[in-house]
Amino acid sequence: MRFGVVVFPGSNCEMDCHHVIDKVLREDVDYVWHQQTDVSAYDCLVLPGGFSYGDYLRCGAIARFSPVMEAVADFAAEGGLVIGICNGFQILLEAGLLPGAMLRNTSLSFICRFSSVRVENADTPWTNAARQGQVLRVPIAHGEGNYTADEATLAALAEEGRIILRYCGEDGEVTAAANPNGSVDNIAGICGEGFNVFGLMPHPERASEEILGSTDGLLIWESVMAHYRSRG
Amino acid sequence: MTELYEELGLTEDEYRDIIRILGREPSKVELGMYSLMWSEHCSYKSSKPVLSQLPTRASYVLQGPGENAGIIDIGGGLAAAFKMESHNHPSAVEPYQGAATGIGGIVRDIFTMGARPIACLDPLRFGSLESPRQRYLFSGVVAGIAGYGNCLGIPTVGGDIYFDECYDGNILVNVMAIGIMPKENLIRGQATGVGNAVVLMGNRTGRDGIGGASILASQEFDETSQEKRPSVQVGDPFTEKLLIEACLELLEKNLLVGLQDLGAAGISCACSETAARGGVGMKIELKNVPLREEMDPFEIMISESQERMLAIVEPRKLDEVLATCERWGLPAVVIGEVTEGDMLEIYWYGEKVVEVPASSLASGPVYERAAERPAYLDEVQSADLAALEHPSDLNRVLLDLVSGPNLCDKRLVYEQYDHMVQLNTVVYPGSDAAVLRVKGTSKALAVSVDGNSRYVYLDPYGGTQIAVAEAARNVVAAGGVPMALTNCLNFGNPERPDIFWQFKESVRGLADAARHMELPVVSGNVSFYNESFGTAIYPTPVVGMVGLIGTLSTRRTIAFPEEGLVVAMLGDTLDELGGSEYLRLVHGMTAGRPPALDLEVEKSVQTTCIEGIRRGIILSAHDCSEGGAAVALLECCCAGGVGATLEVDTPLQPVSWLFSESQSRFVVTLREEDLGALEDLAASRQVRVYALGRTGGSRLIVGDWIDLGVDEMKAVREEALGRLLKG
Repeated sequence: MRFGVVVFPGSNCEMDCHHVIDKVLREDVDYVWHQQTDVSAYDCLVLPGGFSYGDYLRCGAIARFSPVMEAVADFAAEGGLVIGICNGFQILLEAGLLPGAMLRNTSLSFICRFSSVRVENADTPWTNAARQGQVLRVPIAHGEGNYTADEATLAALAEEGRIILRYCGEDGEVTAAANPNGSVDNIAGICGEGFNVFGLMPHPERASEEILGSTDGLLIWESVMAHYRSRG
Repeated sequence: MTELYEELGLTEDEYRDIIRILGREPSKVELGMYSLMWSEHCSYKSSKPVLSQLPTRASYVLQGPGENAGIIDIGGGLAAAFKMESHNHPSAVEPYQGAATGIGGIVRDIFTMGARPIACLDPLRFGSLESPRQRYLFSGVVAGIAGYGNCLGIPTVGGDIYFDECYDGNILVNVMAIGIMPKENLIRGQATGVGNAVVLMGNRTGRDGIGGASILASQEFDETSQEKRPSVQVGDPFTEKLLIEACLELLEKNLLVGLQDLGAAGISCACSETAARGGVGMKIELKNVPLREEMDPFEIMISESQERMLAIVEPRKLDEVLATCERWGLPAVVIGEVTEGDMLEIYWYGEKVVEVPASSLASGPVYERAAERPAYLDEVQSADLAALEHPSDLNRVLLDLVSGPNLCDKRLVYEQYDHMVQLNTVVYPGSDAAVLRVKGTSKALAVSVDGNSRYVYLDPYGGTQIAVAEAARNVVAAGGVPMALTNCLNFGNPERPDIFWQFKESVRGLADAARHMELPVVSGNVSFYNESFGTAIYPTPVVGMVGLIGTLSTRRTIAFPEEGLVVAMLGDTLDELGGSEYLRLVHGMTAGRPPALDLEVEKSVQTTCIEGIRRGIILSAHDCSEGGAAVALLECCCAGGVGATLEVDTPLQPVSWLFSESQSRFVVTLREEDLGALEDLAASRQVRVYALGRTGGSRLIVGDWIDLGVDEMKAVREEALGRLLKG
């Protein structure tokens, strides 16, 4: 399986994703420069975290105009697997590849810590290796992860099982106290209509090695690899 | 002209020196350059003769002081570059941008040497949080560090924060960065090769930060300080991130001869320092400098606009250099060339506006300042502590200590910093030292900063030795062997004999401790004039220690790892409440003598601990420092979520055993069956091991002195800072 990690100016988790895919998953991986327009060589595209273009206008707002994003949109439209992590999620929202938008965390501060998220739908390309309701311990690190969307969108997301991860307590309870950023319905990750596009605020690449304190993030990588192989 | 040199911060003697060097009156631009380069901040004119006593060599030191950062060999073809510096005055005037550009500056120092920055640590000192202004400064500084560092993708993994009224008028924002590089990528800030191009990369030059080094950093604060806001630079972390990637790519491709960042004194400093180090001259045409706004040559030469680099490039590699910068979207232009001789010639649309020997800028005047022992010392040192009445509710005292600003949990701060990015942080903040794995090897670096200014105030020599010892002890507790140190020396006005005496004694302490512990000082920074309205801060030397952990599996944290382990104290506890947090908090006193430090004992205790960890005997380790044994034990319980039941057999009165900050001690855990082995290890070094009891349960019980629930202690510690910040 060949992954492409998209590098925007200001991305800063691209090397982390590359490291995990290459050294931990032992899959093929390349960096995809933001000016590249051909992504046909890849089985899965990763939009990594960071501060693309400094997040100066609004998170992801400038990156969506990078030449590569048109290729990413075409890739996704043809059913290609795309995962956006943190800033990558924000870019997918700005690009309209996922519905909704991000607000600043209710604390108005950047928050970096381990968070617990519950798998709300284990029957997706991104979560099939996890159990329904399984609690994953994965770090978050963002200033704008307060997800929001209009009522109709939220209803559709819930109805179609496209809310993939929710912030929860260590016991799996989805509560206001367990919500680190004010995100509506404690949403931490959602999928697009075809489930091939996945955006999430937690960083699975930061929870993919024992030495870093959690390997729960591996479930996400392993899911997409299993999905890819089952698809043949 | 006489007025201008004074306005720029030069003395009459210095002005005469300039005339002597040039054989004529300097032009306005030249005067501006000298004023910056000869400022205390850039020239170290007061500190240089004192700093010369610091030990700087060891077989593994690849670069000592004098460059942008110090570098040590960590084996396997890799090297670590690190440095600490201050951004005190800018942060006191504009906390967010001051702190942010502090991060920008120290990070540039690291990649300027060819290393990828892998972590930052920030020692911060504020006044009392009861003051709204201090709360504003605190929040602004933390947000500035987060805003800049997080954007760069460099984890902020540690630091320390102290609050004391002595910083009410002059906060301290010190910043340390560390980077890793393949040894062969080491590059220096030198211009060589006549005919080579001088390339300016990065942000356009604007009027921000004009005269920062001379006006802001080399003067005390008074009622005009707020008017100095235009002297604070404005940070652009996005451009800095591009600079990091572009510069590292240029170095990887071996396209550069020399590289220098533009910090204090901007183009003036970068050109004169690189030329002086390379023993060459330089010819610069300022019309080529990309500008944000209309500026005259004087302003261009002294602007401290951020995120700029100067590269020396062979003509045949120039196209590739410019193309690489373009790919990263970075402006890069040739502004001049390296010339024979040592003259720095600056042109403005063809007209020569500067012609000075580069070395005369880079090596300014040196002063032997007068030093005199301050009168306050006798008074504070002779305070009668024996007469104090101690409270009887020791549980209350312990909870008060850990809910005070200095010893409370700092989660609220470090969770605003991305401390995980780059996937190297294998011991997270909250332990004695941050531990960063070195990918591709089984090694890790343990890094810690330390500097208790209360000790230094009470005894500049001994207090500074403690800073070295404790920073090393933190590294040891994490399982590391201390290798080398950097430092930032924050003091008041060096022109005052009492302040300069503090400085001299402190540096003597630093030198003696470093020499005795065989720890070379590879980089550092001096920050003087930390005064406001004539009142100086406590002398505040801060030490940044870097150590090596040979195999990752021998890293340790402070947390009690499990139930049923023996809890032991390595080293002796003495009746030493002088300068303690207890004394300050309970009795409102900063008095007495700081704890005694015997460097020989310190070394023995440290080697015992390292050896115990290496052999797998010691399973967790925490140094005893502020708050004494009681606070150390509490922290071990809270970090591990495990209680302990302990008995202390001591002739000391309870408060002395619990809260004395005696040096050269560790709280360790080990298995029962290993106790004999640890005692043997210790005995061979004349170190005592005191078995105190066992881990287990959900309470910390120390004889009939302390009995507190772990959850309660955690809650009290964690909610404290948030409460204090609400005022």
